Amino acid sequence: MSDFVIFLIDAAVKAVLIIVGLVLGFAYTTWLERRFIARLQSRVGPNRAGPAGLLQPWADALKLFFKEDIMPTDADRIIYTLAPAVTSVPALIVLGVVPFGGQISLFGYQTTLGLADINVGVLYIVAVTSIAVYGVVLAGWASSNKYAMMGGLRATAQMISYELAMGLAILAPVMMAASMSMSDIIDAQQNIWFVFLQPIAAVIFYITILAETNRSPFDLPEAEQELVAGYHTEYSGMKFASFFMAEYMKMIAVSAIFSALFLGGYRFFGLENLLGGWMGPIILFVKIVASLAFMVWIRATLPRFRYDKLMAFGWKVLLPLSLANAVVTAVLIVLDIIPSFA
Amino acid sequence: MLVQQYLPIAILVLFAIIMALIVVFTSVIFGPHRPTKKKLAPYESGMTPIGPAVRRLPVRFYLVAVLFILFDVEIIFLLPYAVVIRQLGLYGLIATGVFVVILTVGLLYEWKKGGLDWE
Repeated sequence: MSDFVIFLIDAAVKAVLIIVGLVLGFAYTTWLERRFIARLQSRVGPNRAGPAGLLQPWADALKLFFKEDIMPTDADRIIYTLAPAVTSVPALIVLGVVPFGGQISLFGYQTTLGLADINVGVLYIVAVTSIAVYGVVLAGWASSNKYAMMGGLRATAQMISYELAMGLAILAPVMMAASMSMSDIIDAQQNIWFVFLQPIAAVIFYITILAETNRSPFDLPEAEQELVAGYHTEYSGMKFASFFMAEYMKMIAVSAIFSALFLGGYRFFGLENLLGGWMGPIILFVKIVASLAFMVWIRATLPRFRYDKLMAFGWKVLLPLSLANAVVTAVLIVLDIIPSFA
Repeated sequence: MLVQQYLPIAILVLFAIIMALIVVFTSVIFGPHRPTKKKLAPYESGMTPIGPAVRRLPVRFYLVAVLFILFDVEIIFLLPYAVVIRQLGLYGLIATGVFVVILTVGLLYEWKKGGLDWE
């Protein structure tokens, strides 16, 4: 076989693995969330389907497969159908630039764990996460329902507001590593993680990813008490599940990105080279699960924001703070007070 | 070389679109289809819907969108600068500083004018 065919097969296998991993991850993130939040609220949670409720996600999925698909009479048929897909595609593709490990060898075949390590990885992440906004606003608009419309608008305003702070927070690790490639940023953290050198940027980034994924306390777009279910009020069956799938896959993806930018990614001070390089994905998995559990913990602890406070927090606190952090970091780097990590 | 870098992402995008469409159409294929007039009406807490759903929007949403464009463009300009920050040194810092100061003055003006308040 020619090199190009091997390259294509290599890429296709990795792409399938990323998608399958995200879908399985989605299923078990819902299980983790329901079990863990139940514990935090002194309940048991789903424990009937399989041992410790481990088959619960499959039961839920099968139920949704056979639900009636309803399209409201006034809905825009094409946009209403495509909006769930537009929401879930960015969540599926954003992990394409994140490395899961270093070089490994499989039956004598050498390959890198990670789909593509492009030199504008951070730009790709910022761009792809922006696309997800379209799905939400189009779903709200195409449903022709007042709750969905308001939910879609709120979600748009919230997501674009917090995207600014997210972009400025990402600047800090990019400046420290002097590269937009995710593997360069991970390599720059071999000795010390950026979460210790850039704590403000790390905290702002974590807050903004909660807002970007519409997680509590930023789950206003689907505030049940005010908007029924927000932008997906009119959706049923697997179209409804698409929005949930997108939300949980985005949680996994942004946890992986947070690990790569601030927690050293798949590296753990040399431990990642054990087991012939296979320890790298395991370390990354542990970091992702810790981040997901923290998100569930936040949901169990904090009440929802009020809408005007949410916008004020985004524009008047996070944006100036992240801008100031970026400026201070830039000055310290140019004056050579922060050493080079590249 | 460029193809070598971006082709895997194109493959991933293709597979993701196929996956998303499969998920969207599963219920259409497997689910029952028994529409009634009431079932297909827009949900409005059990009431007969009053007026159209798509109506005039508060102007604040447009204001937020315009401000977002401004700062998003700023971030797009700052990202390449962040990569070459050490090579450009003091000259680059001052040049980018002027750019950031102008946009920050704009933000402060918007803030004082009450453009960031939701009453």
